[in-house]
Amino acid sequence: MEAEAAKLIGAGLAMTGMIGAGIGVGNIFGSFLTGALRNPSAAGSQIGNLFVGAALAEALGILSFVLGILLYSA
Amino acid sequence: MADPLHQFQIVPLVDFGTVTLPVIGEQQLAFTNSHLAMTVAFGVVVLFLQVVTAGAKVVPGRWQSAGETMFGMIDGIVDSIIGHDGRKLFPFVFTVFTFILAMNFIGLFLTFTATSQIAVTATFGVLTILLVLAIGFAKHGLGFFKLFVPSGVPWPVLPFVIVIEFVSFLLRPVTLTLRLFGNMMGGHVALKVFAGFVVVGVGGSVGLGLGIPIALLSMGMTVGLTALEFLVAFLQAFVFAVLTCIYLNDVVNLGHGH
Repeated sequence: MEAEAAKLIGAGLAMTGMIGAGIGVGNIFGSFLTGALRNPSAAGSQIGNLFVGAALAEALGILSFVLGILLYSA
Repeated sequence: MADPLHQFQIVPLVDFGTVTLPVIGEQQLAFTNSHLAMTVAFGVVVLFLQVVTAGAKVVPGRWQSAGETMFGMIDGIVDSIIGHDGRKLFPFVFTVFTFILAMNFIGLFLTFTATSQIAVTATFGVLTILLVLAIGFAKHGLGFFKLFVPSGVPWPVLPFVIVIEFVSFLLRPVTLTLRLFGNMMGGHVALKVFAGFVVVGVGGSVGLGLGIPIALLSMGMTVGLTALEFLVAFLQAFVFAVLTCIYLNDVVNLGHGH
């Protein structure tokens, strides 16, 4: 295999790390909705925690995205 | 199709020649498009806050309440996360928040997003973590290292917990940097890719019968993504401010079991 082709395939494979981030962020928002519909009066105060949790989960996916970009443009 | 990464290129607008620095070596000095975007963002923030508070009234008008809501929101999160001692740190958090917000929004209106440059976001990440270290050592001296020793952990697992806490502390500036950078860059690449499909659909080799539906679909997607990007632009600035507060809270209220 040519080095160029291997590099591009590697960049594509690195992006599969985003799967985990997708599951994580979906889980956070799904759980939030489950909780919020059971007790809507407490939901408003947890919006900040919701976005911080989503951001922390998403950061790991972003790491794989950056790695992919690095491989693609290196 | 046009290269979707082309928009992130740094272009020197005014060249100031080169200087030779002691350690780094020869460096090019120039007023670049990244520099311009940041200057515009700075100007917008100062102008906005100046204008909305110019004729401040007891009962705020539309513009004044926009400014007051932004101020109140950051004041609220600083107060609820750090507590009473957070009052002194509010200016830092508010400055970082408004500056990042302005740069994100200006990236959507103009052609260049300063926060999609890793150098810019890394500066914010390093600045935040240096402030955390400075406050930690100034307030607690060597007691700062208690940050890595959580209370109530049984001693057999303590060494592992300390290592994990230490590594996660080291990763904080990295994740702060990469989250903002990755979100802004990823969003703008996706926008450009779908905008490129419009051009390919109309002028490409697929023919107009298939090309026009492709172009219309991609155009709709571009509009939708732009709306999403406005949400992301605000959310990332907000998340950066909240995480800054959480990291500052760790050292401001160290050992209070906050």
